Amino acid sequence: MKARHKRLVFVTIAIAGVAVAAALALSALQSNIAYFFSPTQVLNGEAPKDKVFRLGGMVADGSVQRKSGDLTMTFVVTDTAKKVTVSYTGILPDLFGEGQGVVTRGKLGGDGVFYAEEVLAKHDESYMPPEVQDAVDKAQKMGVAKKDAGQPQSSVNY
Amino acid sequence: MKRHWFHFSAPSTFYSLAGRMTPWFLALAVITGLISLYWGFFETPDRLGGSNPQKEYYRIIFVHVGSAWMSMWLYVVVAGWSALGLVFNTRLSYMMAVSVAPTGAIFTFLALFTGAFWGKPSWGTWWDWDPRLTSELVLFFLYVGYLALHSAIDDARRADRAAALLAIVGLVMVPVIFWSINCPDPNQCAALHQRSSMSDIDGNILFGMLGLTFAFWMYSFATSFMRVRSIILEREADTTWVAEQLQKEGVR
Repeated sequence: MKARHKRLVFVTIAIAGVAVAAALALSALQSNIAYFFSPTQVLNGEAPKDKVFRLGGMVADGSVQRKSGDLTMTFVVTDTAKKVTVSYTGILPDLFGEGQGVVTRGKLGGDGVFYAEEVLAKHDESYMPPEVQDAVDKAQKMGVAKKDAGQPQSSVNY
Repeated sequence: MKRHWFHFSAPSTFYSLAGRMTPWFLALAVITGLISLYWGFFETPDRLGGSNPQKEYYRIIFVHVGSAWMSMWLYVVVAGWSALGLVFNTRLSYMMAVSVAPTGAIFTFLALFTGAFWGKPSWGTWWDWDPRLTSELVLFFLYVGYLALHSAIDDARRADRAAALLAIVGLVMVPVIFWSINCPDPNQCAALHQRSSMSDIDGNILFGMLGLTFAFWMYSFATSFMRVRSIILEREADTTWVAEQLQKEGVR
């Protein structure tokens, strides 16, 4: 074996090792490092008690309620299966709205309400002008609405 | 065949080749960059609709996506030249790796910086420890670590080899960055950053985005070639061809 071939084997093994490490890191990312918890996970008791964590999901339609004379508001975060009510006092990001994805950071109170310190808005990967998007949405509502069960990507946009 | 293949791997021949190619890459970068910027500012919608109702600020996408792609791609290039250098012991491979890395670091910084500017109006925060943002930050530290390690070792050949190993080990971050938002099951990867999809983008927005990415890529070629030329001169300073070259350039 020439010296060059030895080095080639060495570098190949190094890159293979790096690939294995990457695969391990990726599986860890998916299962262990929970960036946020979904309402289902929170209601199953998977989220930490008395500790700050992130709750993510979609703002349920018609659930945003504001107190008069105050910046305090409540809304419901859902993952289409379960729901958690969130209370928040402060300024909301531009993209916050009903039916939009949201990530909130805070603590779960004893009353089952999530008291958020921070509310971040999430958006999806669609970059379409309003007219086009409206047409697409309309077509989807008329034609493909029933097929949503098979397409989690388009139905759950958080 | 073999002589031909390795012809340009000699620093002395590559020095003049890189010098001849640099202006072409620079011109391509400027032209495609200007066209794409014009397109991005004037031929695209003022606001988005549907499930992503962003306003004018979405235009950061043109700079942001291109620099993020370049940050990952240039790291693969650095690691690739490093692996070639380790296997074939070619001086030029290491020099290329070292000259691409600063541009990669700049694009990584630019991706993080423009991302912060975009995140404030849309998400509501400059920064959050989201998997995508965190892994991109680690990539920036890898670039800085690679450059720092290389300049910390005085002997150029030892510095080349040590930094090359670090570059290859750091390659682990590139797939992590990519799959941090594009994992197979969308419900599994909880992230603030949206997934990436080429199909759900308006044609004009996509044109500006891909055009500027191309411009950034050409810019990377140009700056790497400029940098590798000075590295070649520095390392080959004792040789006769450099003396002749300098005389030629000095006379002109």
